[in-house]
Amino acid sequence: MASTGASRGGAASPRPPQGRSSRQDKYSVLLPTYNERENLPLIVWLLVKSFSESAINYEIIIIDDGSPDGTREVAEQLEKIYGSDRILLRPREKKLGLGTAYIHGIKHATGNYVIIMDADLSHHPKFIPEFIRKQKEGNFDIVSGTRYKGNGGVYGWDLKRKIIRLYRKEVLQKLIEKCVSKGYVFQMEMIVRARQLNYTIGEVPISFVDRVYGESKLGGNEIVSFLKGLLTLFATT
Amino acid sequence: MLKLTQWLWGLGLLDSAWAALTMGALDLELSFPCQEVLWPLPAYLLVSAGCYALGIVGYSVATFHDCEDAVRELQSQILEAQADLTRNGLCF
Repeated sequence: MASTGASRGGAASPRPPQGRSSRQDKYSVLLPTYNERENLPLIVWLLVKSFSESAINYEIIIIDDGSPDGTREVAEQLEKIYGSDRILLRPREKKLGLGTAYIHGIKHATGNYVIIMDADLSHHPKFIPEFIRKQKEGNFDIVSGTRYKGNGGVYGWDLKRKIIRLYRKEVLQKLIEKCVSKGYVFQMEMIVRARQLNYTIGEVPISFVDRVYGESKLGGNEIVSFLKGLLTLFATT
Repeated sequence: MLKLTQWLWGLGLLDSAWAALTMGALDLELSFPCQEVLWPLPAYLLVSAGCYALGIVGYSVATFHDCEDAVRELQSQILEAQADLTRNGLCF
């Protein structure tokens, strides 16, 4: 039975069934930073630990907006320690805002999933494998962390809307195009738009820890701007 | 349709129905007890909605989950991270 060398037509390599493929998935974490010299090494260490322990393919994209406190230097040291295939430095010259930071970050993301979170340790990366598992389970387009359900909770009363979410890369790109708000209202708008576009959203209970709890951050200002943002969304979407 | 527009439409419909009934525009002979209830109904519903909203906020604040172990875990991991990173040459 001499082999003619001709391939047997149609025998494509089997694509892994939904819910189980993890060898071809890569997760890009976008970390916009501004003056996070102290927190950046810690969050990167925790991210590396969580991903390595669960054998997940990842990259961390650090988008520093010209921090005056030396965040960029720390990021460069982290790149040397963990390798430039895992830590990608994509800084900008000055503070240009969160939305543009995400746009900038996505351009350099080589993963098929994108995780957005804060660099200030308010969310622990140990939840990320949970997010990934949940996304596979429900084949969700977006998975968001919630402090209000299940085991979710807080330590400290920071009212600033910190968000941790996992997106399919193409979903995030589409949503960023459509959103028009600024600041953290933009995060809320993303979910509103996502619902309008019929994307599926899953939730994972998370705990939020305000590391510097004790300093009074409970300002009426935050409440007022949050309500203003909410009303703006109500009237424009 | 915008959320705001939806709400305005809905409220507008309810208000016109209420106005029509209270001003007798539909020529219905409503009994007096009925009219007594109908007239203050919008104000009553508004106050109830406000109380309900405050109640939900109060309840959520009171039952908000405090995670003490998360803080302890984070603090010990921070120490571990600092030691490990210094070993790898990071200058804090």
